[in-house]
Amino acid sequence: MSIRNSLLALLERGPMHGYQLRAAFEASVGGTWPLNIGQVYTTLARLERDDLVTALPENDEGQRPYEITATGRAELTVWFATPIERADRPRDELAIKLALAMTTPGVDLTAVVQTQRMAGIRALQEYTRLKARGGTNPDDLPWLLVLESMIFQCEAEIRWLDHCETAVLRKRAVPVPRSDVPQEAGA
Amino acid sequence: MSVLEFCDVHRTHGTGEAAVHALRGVSLTVRPGELVAVMGPSGSGKSTLLNLAGGLDLPTSGEVLVEGVGLDSLSHRRLSEVRRRTVGYVFQDFNLLPSLTAAENVALPLELDGVSIRASRRAALAALGDVGLAGLAARFPDEMSGGQQQRVAIARALVGDRRLVLADEPTGALDSQTGEMVLRVLRDRVDAGAAGLMVTHEARHAGWADRVIFLRDGSIVDTSGPLASVTDLLEPTW
Repeated sequence: MSIRNSLLALLERGPMHGYQLRAAFEASVGGTWPLNIGQVYTTLARLERDDLVTALPENDEGQRPYEITATGRAELTVWFATPIERADRPRDELAIKLALAMTTPGVDLTAVVQTQRMAGIRALQEYTRLKARGGTNPDDLPWLLVLESMIFQCEAEIRWLDHCETAVLRKRAVPVPRSDVPQEAGA
Repeated sequence: MSVLEFCDVHRTHGTGEAAVHALRGVSLTVRPGELVAVMGPSGSGKSTLLNLAGGLDLPTSGEVLVEGVGLDSLSHRRLSEVRRRTVGYVFQDFNLLPSLTAAENVALPLELDGVSIRASRRAALAALGDVGLAGLAARFPDEMSGGQQQRVAIARALVGDRRLVLADEPTGALDSQTGEMVLRVLRDRVDAGAAGLMVTHEARHAGWADRVIFLRDGSIVDTSGPLASVTDLLEPTW
């Protein structure tokens, strides 16, 4: 996830100082991803170093607003125009864990799947509770969409876990051919 | 007091080597204001659980109590009364009578129970209002969308002073958005004091429940109870 591009997108609305940026970010994602002020300032410093933003003079309260530059605007356009490639995302630890669980002696894959499934269901319950609390105010839509992306991902993970479990159980259920049973002729 | 209680319930079909153990020692309670979802693979005992909760089937051993009364201690006649007066069902395919209007469908269980037509109708209109359908009381099922029909079914399940709603895949025949609207209505009715037990295979729908129990081979293998703090789930990922 790119805080860098998120801050550029927020600055496209107009100059803002660090605390305003943090508040605007959290309003956009509904507090689903808390951002600490240290991350905001570190990122602003890097953006300034790369000429993507410029610092404006401090205001009377001693806060320094930042403004997006033409280069920053160009970078933002590229971000919105470029799909996020699946290969750019972190490797899925769960998929690796399950693959290893299948081949590690003494590990009960069904139990690993069940533990993960219940964690997913718990997360879904909590997300749903947040969603149910949400109003019908159009201003809520951006963060509701963020929340629903989490719900969809969670659901997809649970469906994949169901699939893994079924596949493993089916494999186990295949009867081992027995050589001492005579084959029926002419079936 | 719990509206529904299972105490070490076993249900076995058949005997000897052919015996099928549909439920093996299930205990659970559902209180007013609580929606419990039941998940699990096919054949795990979900339908048996729902049938026992509604008195459509009786346990081989253990006890099922509805509002504190053990169902297997009741005469046939009293059991029918509990089914009519306390328990309501919501099915996947709505099961509304096509020749009756929404209000008539909702009033039917009360009329069958001997309540006057006038009082039944008044209760039906109130129940339809509770599910946001006051304006559609005179519509026939085929004049309503699937989501509206299912909301009528929820109204019918909880008309009068019935307090236990048993739902079998209530969103199964609906698209995702409509299914969610139906669950919001079910959730509202439960928040207003009913108790709900819902079988579903969709995790996103189970997310509306206060508790999710997971059945496997007739036993509860997991319960996701009251939840951890939301902030644990929302840690930043960068």
